[in-house]
Amino acid sequence: MNTDTRLSSLSAAAPPMVSPWRRRGRLQRVASAVLPLLRRPGFSLALLIVLFALASALVPQLLSSFDPYATSPADKLTAPNLLHWFGTDEVGRDLYTRVVYGSSLSVQAALLAVGIALVGGLGFGVLSGFAGGRIDAVIMRIVDVLLALPGLLLALAIVTAIGFGTVPVAIAVGVGIIPGFARTTRAEVLRVKTLPYVEAARLGGASWGRTLLRHVLPNAWGPVAVLATLDFGAAILATAGLSFLGFGAAPPAAEWGTLIANGRHFLITAPWVSLLPGLFVVAVVFSLNHIARTFEENSR
Amino acid sequence: MNRYLIGRVGQALLVLWGAYSITYFILYLLPGDTLSIMLSASGMEVDSLSPQELAKAQAYYGLDKGVFEQYFSLLWNALHGDFGQSLSLNRPVNELLLQRLPQTLALAGLAIVLSLIGGIGLAYLTAYTQWRPLKVALSRLPSLGFSVPVFWLGLLLIQVFAFSLGWFPATGSRGFDSLILPAVTLAIPSAAVYAQVLQRGFQGVWQEPYIATAYAKGLNRSQVQARHAFKNAALPILTLIGLQVGNTVSGAVLVETIFARNGVGRLAQEAVLRQDIPVVLAIVAVSAAAFVLVNLIVDLLYPYLDPRIAHTPKVS
Amino acid sequence: MSSPLIDIRQLAVSYRSAGQVTEAVKNLSLSVAQGETVAIVGESGSGKSTLANAILGLLPERAAITAGELHVEGVNFGQASEWQKRNLRGRTIGLVPQDPMVSLNPTLRIGRQIGEALILAHGRRYAGVDADIVELLEQVGLDKPVLRARQYPHELSGGMRQRVLIAIALAGNPRLIIADEPTSALDVTVQRKILDHLQQLVAQRGISLLIITHDLGMATDRADRIVVMKQGELVEESTPRQILQAPQHDYTRALLAAAPAFGTRRKPRQHDDAKRPPILSLHNVGKVFTLPKVKGEDNHFTALQNLSLQVYPGQTLAIVGESGSGKSTALRIALGLEKPSQGRVQFEQQDITHLSWREFRPLRQRIQLVQQNPFAALDPRFSIFDSIVEPLVSFGLLKGEALEQAARELITRVHLPVSYLDRLPRELSGGQRQRVAIARALALKPDLLLLDEPVSALDVSVQAQILDLLLELQRELGIAYVLVSHDLAVVANVADQVLVLRNGRVVEQGSVQEVFEHPAEDYTRELIAAIPGQRLALAS
Repeated sequence: MNTDTRLSSLSAAAPPMVSPWRRRGRLQRVASAVLPLLRRPGFSLALLIVLFALASALVPQLLSSFDPYATSPADKLTAPNLLHWFGTDEVGRDLYTRVVYGSSLSVQAALLAVGIALVGGLGFGVLSGFAGGRIDAVIMRIVDVLLALPGLLLALAIVTAIGFGTVPVAIAVGVGIIPGFARTTRAEVLRVKTLPYVEAARLGGASWGRTLLRHVLPNAWGPVAVLATLDFGAAILATAGLSFLGFGAAPPAAEWGTLIANGRHFLITAPWVSLLPGLFVVAVVFSLNHIARTFEENSR
Repeated sequence: MNRYLIGRVGQALLVLWGAYSITYFILYLLPGDTLSIMLSASGMEVDSLSPQELAKAQAYYGLDKGVFEQYFSLLWNALHGDFGQSLSLNRPVNELLLQRLPQTLALAGLAIVLSLIGGIGLAYLTAYTQWRPLKVALSRLPSLGFSVPVFWLGLLLIQVFAFSLGWFPATGSRGFDSLILPAVTLAIPSAAVYAQVLQRGFQGVWQEPYIATAYAKGLNRSQVQARHAFKNAALPILTLIGLQVGNTVSGAVLVETIFARNGVGRLAQEAVLRQDIPVVLAIVAVSAAAFVLVNLIVDLLYPYLDPRIAHTPKVS
Repeated sequence: MSSPLIDIRQLAVSYRSAGQVTEAVKNLSLSVAQGETVAIVGESGSGKSTLANAILGLLPERAAITAGELHVEGVNFGQASEWQKRNLRGRTIGLVPQDPMVSLNPTLRIGRQIGEALILAHGRRYAGVDADIVELLEQVGLDKPVLRARQYPHELSGGMRQRVLIAIALAGNPRLIIADEPTSALDVTVQRKILDHLQQLVAQRGISLLIITHDLGMATDRADRIVVMKQGELVEESTPRQILQAPQHDYTRALLAAAPAFGTRRKPRQHDDAKRPPILSLHNVGKVFTLPKVKGEDNHFTALQNLSLQVYPGQTLAIVGESGSGKSTALRIALGLEKPSQGRVQFEQQDITHLSWREFRPLRQRIQLVQQNPFAALDPRFSIFDSIVEPLVSFGLLKGEALEQAARELITRVHLPVSYLDRLPRELSGGQRQRVAIARALALKPDLLLLDEPVSALDVSVQAQILDLLLELQRELGIAYVLVSHDLAVVANVADQVLVLRNGRVVEQGSVQEVFEHPAEDYTRELIAAIPGQRLALAS
């Protein structure tokens, strides 16, 4: 709905006002909400880290000049220095490069997982909350059942059945996140559904479809968006866990979990091989959590 | 009260049955060729067998029956405690489980206790301090706890406390000493959740009008926090404990792998690696049962803590 | 005892938030002597709550006394330590909080909460504390005090909880009690009894009472002295009689004019519409709700029984009742949101009792609703323009330029500037939002407008403006109104016909004049007597 053109004719037709009112489109309103956040140092740093992770997922070659698969036995297990920022692993590969290239696998897996969870969870949640009655009861029972299966174990079962690799891991993690999404979405839809303005819209002749699309969904998506950001971090951790256990992409692929698992054997002599990639993961997930929390606090 | 009890137990059994069925579906029906998976788990190759041997194998694994027959026979056996044979280890599954369960229970038990103490303590402290910088720092701490991969944290703790400082053994299942590091590792994510929820709870409760009433009586800040704020803020924790059982079990898999402990968690990891379907099914079923049981107990205990929740509906 | 209990001189209290400093109280001087009852009257933003908090020593972190002096029993609060202030709380100053439904700790038993106050006053736990608790509960008028002491707050009604809060305030044997907005949360008749009782107890013990309220009528009934505050400043201070007869300040005059009890009732209109058929009529409507089964209790709840009413075109029918009377249910049945268990609903000549939602939809253009809570009645993401024209868009009646023209007309009709069309609800005040809701209800040009407590969430002066607007709209557009309210005073100025409901039954029905001047039932008489602000008027 382009309100701008309509409102310009409004201002032309109305008698001259003493103080002119500002026309603000939807984009401007969003921008004015986000910009002051950038002034906060914590938020900006977190945003930078996340953008770095996304960049390394999409264009890793721009961030490192080394080849992640090039072995160089002479340089094996060197401590972090100016040439090798994270040091090297047991076959001399530059660890920083491996982490950056590992981003693409890990981030892609997490995105796929969250995507599955969003589609499934949102779908179930909206259907459940909006329709109510029997449908709600049945869907909530299914969610209860999924919740009873611990996340990692459910993922293990799925991986046992469909095989190892990045995509199966992502699917497994995604299915495990669905219950949380479904519950949050349902709670929000229920809350908004009973608000007076929804009733007013219905009494004004709005159809269920219009009510759902124009009133319920836009007002319910706030907590869901926060949960999606938080779960993106959780998905990263879960997929890393599964690849740590050996169910992810086969070597020499550089998934973060595999990197950490790899370094286990050299913990005494070269702790950086495990610990530094892990630190990177912590930084990314913590930044995601920080961003989610900032949005949540601001929308209150 | 009795009707409610029966209803809740029935519901719990229903959920358990649903969980078992979904797991069965995933493990037996989802794969393209269940037979070849089971064969390779037992160490045999599909291609190397003659058709008669294949048919014998199918009958042996129970795969020649129809889907429902297979499902019901598995379910029936499971209800009697018979989870079949491990494909890779050639031993009855419940024997394996019984052998490994005590280790995991000890680990989980200690971890839950530590996480409650840590989480509640941190939140209480955060609410009590009035010095802004410290308060802000403490309130960010749980978020850090969520962001840390459990397995990486375990490695870090081994590096610092076992190798560098030498206080605790790095691996192994012997003695109480070896339980400490794994339990702490397992406790931290749960502690972060408790701390976060309780912190939020305190924040919310502090705005409530009955806190003003308490102050107006002449109580000081610590009295108000202890007698009025804490109990009301901590109500959600009980439900959380129930939900955290799932996370604890998941974490146990990772922690036992890192610390090389002989628990059910590591059994799960080995079973998945070898695609040992009956073992995986059994472990998932037992975990689901634990989850359902703990949540049922929590549900029944709840009215004793929150008098507003009654098991019989009231007329408003 | 010649020095006043509370001595305030040129007090200023400011809030600091995000770098801005707002003065909540400016240059206020006031004193309260022992045994006096003083009422502080003001609307929202007047600073009266800040003043009460300052006296209790419970100002929030970001607020502070920035000028002047505040002495409570000789202690200078500007310089006192927290320990000194805490000593006065409970023992010298007691508080009866505003909303009894949320002011008690839900997880502690009543007896413990009262006992806590008693023990604090005593200094430590003592042997007779349980007996004292029971005695206190008796004094504040609770039946079965021993049982009540063992119960939890949610097991008590609102009125009982208010009495418990009074008991807590009295427990410390204070010399002053602050009663914060005592007429907000409960039914009028209940509130009246409790306040009478409180004043009795206070008089018996020689306690001073400081009443914080927005209700000038209640203040004139009960206070020895009235202090009027506006935006942090004291604008007038005198006795109730003087305020009624000779108000000095413009603002006081405005408050008096706006207070429903004192405002002039408009003259009843002459109607010769015995010939015109009613636009809405309910015949013997009953509604029974089925509840979840509980052993030993009836699982049916009768919300309405035998309700018959007629609304004539261009006139206002008011439905009055306290909470639980069934008035909201009646409204929902008229709107088709609920189906009656018995009886018929007729709109003009059409029987609409059993219409499905789809069948009812065309009628929505003729029957509209204005809801109670203006703060939740507008979608926070919709601009005012979007909200007002939504009914027109839903029915597809207008588009483009014609739609904009309609929006402009509607917003001007409710006396808001056209520039507001582009704003969001959170930028508008409660009264302004209610105007927008009325504009939205008028968009489809209905013949009948149902209003559910349209002014109860608003300040007194704003209430009067909205009621005036409604009267004006009725004159111009000839809309019929069904107005639901718990406040008889509001109704007296606006309605033509009145219907009094109690527990789902019609108690009294008739023209406004008849019901107010010759009430037939005791309950109606009680309701009329409970309208605050009448005692002086009646006595003079």
